[in-house]
Amino acid sequence: MDKEYQKKYWKNNLKYLAILLSIWFLVSYVFGILLVDTLNKIKIGGFKLGFWFAQQGSIYVFVILIFVYIKLMNKLDKKYNLEE
Amino acid sequence: MDIQAWTWGIVGFTFTLYIGIAIWSRASSTGEFYVAGKGVHPIANGLATAADWMSAASFISMAGLISFSGYDGSVYLMGWTGGYVLLALLLAPYLRKFGKFTVPDFIGDRYYSDIARVVAVVCALIISFTYVAGQMRGVGLVFSRFLEVNINTGVIIGMFIVLFYAVLGGMKGITYTQVAQYCVLIFAFMVPAIFISIQMTGNPIPQLGFGSSTDGVYLLDKLDGLHRELGFHEYTSGNKSKIDMFFITGALMVGTAGLPHVIVRFFTVKKVSDARKSAGWALLFIAILYTTAPAIAVFARINMIETVSNKKYTELPNWFSNWEKTGLISFDDKNNDGLVQYVENEEVNELTIDKDIMVLANPEIAYLPNWVIALVAAGGLAAALSTAAGLLLVISSSISHDIIKKIVNPKISEKGELVAARLSAVIAVIIAGWFGINPPGFVAATVALAFGLAAASFFPAIVLGIFYKRMNKEGAIAGMAVGMFLMLYYMMRFKFGWFGGGTKDDWWFGVSPEGFGTFAMFVNFVVSLIIASFTPKPPKEVQEIVDNIRIPLGTNEAQIH
Repeated sequence: MDKEYQKKYWKNNLKYLAILLSIWFLVSYVFGILLVDTLNKIKIGGFKLGFWFAQQGSIYVFVILIFVYIKLMNKLDKKYNLEE
Repeated sequence: MDIQAWTWGIVGFTFTLYIGIAIWSRASSTGEFYVAGKGVHPIANGLATAADWMSAASFISMAGLISFSGYDGSVYLMGWTGGYVLLALLLAPYLRKFGKFTVPDFIGDRYYSDIARVVAVVCALIISFTYVAGQMRGVGLVFSRFLEVNINTGVIIGMFIVLFYAVLGGMKGITYTQVAQYCVLIFAFMVPAIFISIQMTGNPIPQLGFGSSTDGVYLLDKLDGLHRELGFHEYTSGNKSKIDMFFITGALMVGTAGLPHVIVRFFTVKKVSDARKSAGWALLFIAILYTTAPAIAVFARINMIETVSNKKYTELPNWFSNWEKTGLISFDDKNNDGLVQYVENEEVNELTIDKDIMVLANPEIAYLPNWVIALVAAGGLAAALSTAAGLLLVISSSISHDIIKKIVNPKISEKGELVAARLSAVIAVIIAGWFGINPPGFVAATVALAFGLAAASFFPAIVLGIFYKRMNKEGAIAGMAVGMFLMLYYMMRFKFGWFGGGTKDDWWFGVSPEGFGTFAMFVNFVVSLIIASFTPKPPKEVQEIVDNIRIPLGTNEAQIH
């Protein structure tokens, strides 16, 4: 198989990883830990926002991130004809 | 019917179910024994992974831990779910494409070295044994409280059940029992949570319930108020330093992604895209429990404080004396006023509660019907047994496949290897049971060690093996060894007091032993990269392996052996 072609596929994959992992880092480490005190000043219903991200929000985002990755990669596999 | 009759009934039914499944799906080849013949549907694998992953600690202990630590408990919630993002994005698809049986298989082949393979086997064994000891203790705990048998008898019953279906069924049997166990455990976790949420807030969804109000006051505000009154730190704000929160969350996430019994589940699906999918399903199924746990923590905390704080000891409800018998709750009337003083101040406080009982006692505290209480017992057992089985399989395949087949006697026949696998499983169950009956005092400490080790040893070696083609055996072995020894040293020094011991003030950069895995992981990465840059490139065949695992095409062209 064409090496250049595979390289392009891999680069594209790495780009997706960089974007999704930045969001992963943002919702947990940044919202849930580093900025928690600032976000706690905002309240949504009975939840302080920082606390909510640490105990609820980050987990919801994690689930969404994986399913977005599945979608993106299935498309990418198809585009490069690398599906099984 | 009383609680005990219900519990015997429900537990008996679930055990029969697990054994029935094991007989129906027993393994007949090493491929089936190690990786269920690589034909598991991604949703079934997601369910099995969720049960495999959610242990006695997740089911029994986690909500209690959060209940007592409030915001600080977030490290477990984020840590034990966020690791799945790493698994799905960085590990699972590539390891599935590589297509062997175990994690040491990958390390040994990718780093073309039996030394690397042995280092990986040693890490896998330490991680799995420390982890399995905790599961067996969980089984004993549930049995002793709900069925009023001796803890040791409970452990032995648990051993026989696991022995039966893990040895007979191998990975194939375990997979389908785990699917059943997930259903039992999630049902058992959710039913009381929903009941209590309706009771306390009128909202049937616990995830929303703990953010709503009761008598015009938000539940969380009420709890913060109660905590202030009794001198505890506010529930919704933390006690731990930010840097420690950061490092602990990191170690749990990366450790999760590096746990061999979780990784090996992704070897059981048909193709690369299925490995991604099953990681997604697994996290979804896990998230149901993990987003409910903090709600239970809040409900239980409020209920508990309101039931016992400043109440007459003689008028406390039945569950209190039931749990007192197990020694997990104790009351010491220091000022002889007959009331329970439950406060932060150690000198005044009269009540000690083991964190482990919050989930198990919660339905009783909330006066739920007996069948719900029995269901929780069955759920706790399902969680402990499913994880124990997954770990035992890793132990047995490490011995029969990675050591016997790959190093000691490569000419062993398929049949001989299968016998070896089953024998190693039997021995592993006996050792695990022994740990359950004579729990080493350091069980709690060693679970943190298991995550720290997984983070410090496997994770960097696997990630670099996939994402950095230039990574060679010298770098990987040095990195794994340094990471592992550094982690062991820190843990022994600050948990067991060896090497001069030390207190909180001696922690490096204020990082606790629980969070040190993150630090050791960074050291592993740095050491690996530096050594690799001074030593020769990996051979051409190995570079081709890397090229090959990066694309999904052609998964099943590779030979099984």
